[in-house]
Amino acid sequence: MCLAVPMELIEINDFYGVARMGGVKRDVNLMLVPDAKIGDYVIIHAGSAISLLSEDEARKTLDLLNSIEDIGSIPEKGE
Amino acid sequence: MKYMSEFRDGGLAKKVVSVIERESKKNLRIMEFCGGHTITLLKYGIPDLLPPSIEMVSGPGCPVCVTSKGEIDTAIELSKRNDVILASFGDMIRVPGTEKSLLQAKAEGADIRILYSPDDAVKMAKENREKKIVFFAVGFETTAPVTAASIKLAENLGVENYFVLSAHKTTPGILGALLADEVKLDAFVCPGHVTAITGTAIYAPLTDAGKRCVVSGFEPLDILTSILMLVRQVNKNIAKTEIEYSRVATKSGNLHAQKLMKEIFEPIDALWRGIGVVKGSGLKPSTAYSRFDACEQFSLKIPKDDKETKGCICDQILRGKSKPTDCKLFKTACSPDEPVGACMVSEEGTCSVYFRFGGMQKGEMVGAK
Repeated sequence: MCLAVPMELIEINDFYGVARMGGVKRDVNLMLVPDAKIGDYVIIHAGSAISLLSEDEARKTLDLLNSIEDIGSIPEKGE
Repeated sequence: MKYMSEFRDGGLAKKVVSVIERESKKNLRIMEFCGGHTITLLKYGIPDLLPPSIEMVSGPGCPVCVTSKGEIDTAIELSKRNDVILASFGDMIRVPGTEKSLLQAKAEGADIRILYSPDDAVKMAKENREKKIVFFAVGFETTAPVTAASIKLAENLGVENYFVLSAHKTTPGILGALLADEVKLDAFVCPGHVTAITGTAIYAPLTDAGKRCVVSGFEPLDILTSILMLVRQVNKNIAKTEIEYSRVATKSGNLHAQKLMKEIFEPIDALWRGIGVVKGSGLKPSTAYSRFDACEQFSLKIPKDDKETKGCICDQILRGKSKPTDCKLFKTACSPDEPVGACMVSEEGTCSVYFRFGGMQKGEMVGAK
């Protein structure tokens, strides 16, 4: 039910826009993310963008996991 | 970056599992609140990868499952009216009410439509001015602001034949109910998309009570990392709310969505299927927006006295007291095709997930019961 997917925002017309994932495009309501800009990734749930997605934060999480040595330890995730 | 496949890397998952194994010393009973997390856990077989010290318990976080029979009966009642088109999400259609489901009502001639977005219902209202379009709205804080936005859209477009039958529910009340239970839970994997809206303040009562909380994303690496973060809190003997899903969820949440929800909705007591009435855990359109409230406009009152089917232990499962495999009806009288209880009705209900993806206890062999 709370399923939501990341899509790239490629068009904005007032509080509506078009978002894309792979070859799929769809109209999305942007009322909940008025600060979204073209090129941003947004989280889409039931036809609405409910949140912005931070590429920096995504990279941080992955970098952290990638830094694990097989026998080493995983660093603390930042606050 | 696609933000999905990267978080399904098997090699990385193995590494995280090995670190969890090495660092987990004390027994830890973790509830994953959200049905989306239950799916990821079972689909990727995560419970079997974890050391014996860690037990995962599913929680009540499936909005379709906890929609009461009274709410479904009310939707069916409305759908019988000739001037009404009832619209809802696909998951809701097969859920049995007291006597039937919306799907059965549709087969008997009611005009019931499946939608992906409440905005589609507003568009339908615009195109069918002679009909009253009622959106049967379910969902937690992830979905409630989307419904709120649809009401705002209807207002902006001057659409007067759009109504919402709200079965929305909110998490703080139910978290309180879980806390009041005698079930032993040490930690919570908290729902990432609910938190993206609400922020982390809603978990304060849990951490105040010494429960560890980590807000998690929905890919397997997200959940494994969240479990590791919980193990580390235990080892340090601290209880706080941390965010693993930092690419989406923040401490303060989505302030625009919070503001809109506050404007459009007001809290009401709500009946959770299998759990009972939880004070202030429902939402209905506020006085200023009561013209969009289906209950108000059609003079309806949602009954609050569900009775669960005999033999069904969904009430125990939703509270983390039992597992689907403990139920006599599981895989016998109760299946996703013919659900008996709340947890089998939705794709992300605990029983449905266990049915489809295995649902064996750790160490249990295929066929052994």
